[in-house]
Amino acid sequence: MAVLVVAEHDSKSVRKATLNAVAAAQKLGSDIHVLIAGHEAGAAAKAAAQIAGVAKVLHADAPQLRDFLAENVAATVVSVAKNYSHLLAPSTSNGKNVMPRVAALLDVQQISDIVAVEGADSFVRPIYAGNALATVKSRDPLKVITVRTTAFDAVAAAGGDAAVEKLAAPADSGLSSFVGRELSKSERPELTAAKIIVSGGRGMASGENFTKVLEPLADRLGAAMGASRAAVDAGFVPNDWQVGQTGKIVAPDLYVAVGISGAIQHLAGMKDSRVIVAINKDEEAPIFQVADYGVVGDLFQIVPTLVEELKK
Amino acid sequence: MKILVSVKRVVDFNVKVRVKADGTGVETANVKMSMNPFDEIALEEAVRLKEAGVATEIVVVSCGVQACQETLRTALAIGADRAILVNTDAELQPLAVAKLLKAVSEREKPQLVIMGKQAIDDDANQTGQMLAALLGWPQATFASKIRLEADRAVVTREVDGGLETDAIKLPAVVTTDLRLNEPRYVTLPNIMKAKKKALEVLTPDALGVDVTPRLTTLKVVEPAKRKAGVKVADAKALVDKLRNDAKVI
Ligand SMILES: Cc1cc2nc3c(=O)[nH]c(=O)nc-3n(C[C@H](O)[C@H](O)[C@H](O)COP(=O)(O)OP(=O)(O)OC[C@H]3O[C@@H](n4cnc5c(N)ncnc54)[C@H](O)[C@@H]3O)c2cc1C
Repeated sequence: MAVLVVAEHDSKSVRKATLNAVAAAQKLGSDIHVLIAGHEAGAAAKAAAQIAGVAKVLHADAPQLRDFLAENVAATVVSVAKNYSHLLAPSTSNGKNVMPRVAALLDVQQISDIVAVEGADSFVRPIYAGNALATVKSRDPLKVITVRTTAFDAVAAAGGDAAVEKLAAPADSGLSSFVGRELSKSERPELTAAKIIVSGGRGMASGENFTKVLEPLADRLGAAMGASRAAVDAGFVPNDWQVGQTGKIVAPDLYVAVGISGAIQHLAGMKDSRVIVAINKDEEAPIFQVADYGVVGDLFQIVPTLVEELKK
Repeated sequence: MKILVSVKRVVDFNVKVRVKADGTGVETANVKMSMNPFDEIALEEAVRLKEAGVATEIVVVSCGVQACQETLRTALAIGADRAILVNTDAELQPLAVAKLLKAVSEREKPQLVIMGKQAIDDDANQTGQMLAALLGWPQATFASKIRLEADRAVVTREVDGGLETDAIKLPAVVTTDLRLNEPRYVTLPNIMKAKKKALEVLTPDALGVDVTPRLTTLKVVEPAKRKAGVKVADAKALVDKLRNDAKVI
């Protein structure tokens, strides 16, 4: 039986998280189909057809799918579920929102946020903020899975040539409606796709300092910007910058933690980064236990000097 | 309006958990247990809605072992009116909990169920969405703002790109994110008062729910440890390391 990946897309293209989920699906060794649920998302369906290793694209196009409301998307996924052994989606906010609804409708216990595939019914997933890794085996005939994107290298976005098949979407549930969206605008790379991330914590002391002190460093490095919960809660930066157990999970080549103490909930979101740098005035800060390179001192002196040094 | 809130008893967020030597799980004996932080936020929201005159009654539910009664007493002290424990020693997975909460919802008929978006032990982030699915209700997950109107809730949600607002018809399930509110502390007089509030004990059998786990845990291990790094003297030395040793810039 084939496996289905529920794609994350923006109508025009397929988001990178989808490529990571396809990579996880490949480990199952079956044909891979991708579902594009949306409205006027033909371009995304075409893009999905080009993903390496994808055998078929299901394209459900309906006005009620435009905003990816869980009720309507879940019903669409459920309508084709019987054709598949596994249903996967990346652990994005959409994936987390929709897939448990799918699982419950199918009477399946979902397996969240897998980091490894051990077999058709066994998977590894982090628990307790990543302080333990559990291998679980599912007894359900169908598996519903969300995929931790950082754990699977993205497949190539090009090279495939899958057929695109139309799929009729179930009627609008009428239970929910989309009101609006306030997306943070940024010219920077997206946090979960960035090679370098510069992250600030409570030590930044204000939103203004993020702009004045941290942004020049991110600019120099071509980095995305992240934050700890404390910095988001204090209103320094928007919520979608939060890295951690309950924020975004990232694993860039380089993660620079500035004025972040390194609480377990923060570490859970970034400790798989290849190289970690910590800048903190407290030499006992737990962040230094995971940092490859640490600089102890006042960030307001160190960061500007760092920017100057990087220009050399 | 009646609001149902679910609370889970979990290892306190400040505890650094240890994996058991035999690889069967994590050490929970003699470890501080608390109410799941996201559930505290869910309860706080319900209490504020009651204080604002929007909610009339708050029923709090927990599923699990006898000791969950402590968590429920805390919830009563925070401001819930009445508590229900669905008592079982069985391992409960999210689908089973959603089924138990569905059965409780059918008895209690709340207009709104508020739940934490995830429990900080299994980090599953499933139960609210599952409950909504089983009841055939709409859901609004990861809420940072809830506005109740006559027959609907307008909910601002924390999503990957920023914030999204959806309107959902009542009855509905809402799950909370961190910035919905800041939970209050329980006070001693309220702890005393909570002792007199009703706490009903039910069982999965009485509710007619099969809670048999669908997932078997084969093993639990510690993740690979990162090698201890080095402290460097200043920004100049750092740039040198990043360029020449780590070669990341
Ligand atoms: C349920 C739950 C979920 C959570 N989820 C997350 C999550 O997803 N992500 C997350 O990040 N946190 C999360 N947390 C919060 C976490 O426990 C910590 O409170 C938070 O990460 C702390 O942020 P911080 O390191 O910025 O602040 P602090 O712990 O206050 O650390 C600030 C650091 O800045 C340093 N500093 C201050 N001034 C300077 C200066 N001038 N120069 C250099 N260094 C300076 C200090 O030495 C200190 O180490 C969660 C908590 C709970 C309970």
